[in-house]
Amino acid sequence: MPSSKERDQLILHTALTAGRIMIENGSEIERVEDTMTRIATNAGAQTSQLFVMITGILMAINGEVGAQIQPVKRRTFDLEKIAVVNDLSRKFAEQAITLQEFADRLDHLDAVSKYFPFWVQLLAAALVSGPLEVVFRHNLPDFWITCLVGMLGWLVYYALSKYIRIRFLSEFAASAVIGVLAVLSHHLGLGNNVDDIIIGSVMPLVPGVPITNSVRDILAGNLVSGPARGIEALVSAAAIGFGIAMVLQFL
Amino acid sequence: MSVLEFIIEVAGTYVATIAFGILLNIPRRALNMGGWIGVLGYLVYRFTVLWGGGYVIGNLLGAVLIGVASLQAARWKKMPMILFNIPALVPLVPGGQAYEMIKNFALGQNNLALSFLLQVVMISGAIAFGFLLSELVNRLRQRVWRHHRHI
Repeated sequence: MPSSKERDQLILHTALTAGRIMIENGSEIERVEDTMTRIATNAGAQTSQLFVMITGILMAINGEVGAQIQPVKRRTFDLEKIAVVNDLSRKFAEQAITLQEFADRLDHLDAVSKYFPFWVQLLAAALVSGPLEVVFRHNLPDFWITCLVGMLGWLVYYALSKYIRIRFLSEFAASAVIGVLAVLSHHLGLGNNVDDIIIGSVMPLVPGVPITNSVRDILAGNLVSGPARGIEALVSAAAIGFGIAMVLQFL
Repeated sequence: MSVLEFIIEVAGTYVATIAFGILLNIPRRALNMGGWIGVLGYLVYRFTVLWGGGYVIGNLLGAVLIGVASLQAARWKKMPMILFNIPALVPLVPGGQAYEMIKNFALGQNNLALSFLLQVVMISGAIAFGFLLSELVNRLRQRVWRHHRHI
């Protein structure tokens, strides 16, 4: 039986890791607070105080250890991890796993990321672009070229995100490439309408997670994190817009 | 709008919603449900516009439905709600208007650009407000639900 101090330490560690993973991968703040409180309660802490922000978490429980801080440095979109943390928390509440197992699995989850295979992601980018072009603009002949341009644009975004790590710059470059390719395909006679091709092709870059989370955070009363996410979405949208505008201006 | 066009639209919405989910790495067992919720939200939007309700009301109602259906799906599948409503939102994004705005700003036609900007702001606002309303519906239902369970 571990001492109560060690146990308190483990509770804090588990809850903070779970919270950090969720924020890093694009969860709303309310869900993070809820999950962390549940973990602490289910682990036997009588009370817990939380301060969750989009850039860091502060947590204290009653007991022998003091409050601890967990900064959140990275920000990606990997909703699978949120679902996994959610599952683990449920299992812990049902006492199907112990606190130690919970902590170990969280540490493991942090180390590995189970994305879809690369070619599936490429195909998905193509299948966001083409169908939405048809849905929005009813332009069936340009379906295939939109798929292709959207896929290449997303490929640029993906490759740059790996190396520069500034999302806005990758979005800007990707949308500029999309613009150039759309104009080029029109010149080569592959596409009929430049506008429609661009509209469809930028759809994989739409900042869906920040938009949704921003609204939900503001509604839940997180008046710091919500607007911060709103700004994130706005800057993304502006980056995409500038990329396109630049191409339209020069070509 | 012919029947064939309508079928193509629905299929396109479904495929695009699922594909966007894959880009966000949404777990496989949530993808299909997210696709159907996307179709549902888009249909509400489309029919509202067809029957003369206007773009803003259409987006509002679509967003409300997406919010309510996502919570239902989240309860049923025991997964976080954002796995369903984020991809489902994508077909409602005012991509066309945003593009026209950018294009007209770039070409120096500011008046036209401003009118498109207004449309983008109105539609985005309608979607945000739709999510707010759906949250209201969800909280009310939760209340009633909890009440029933206690009895």
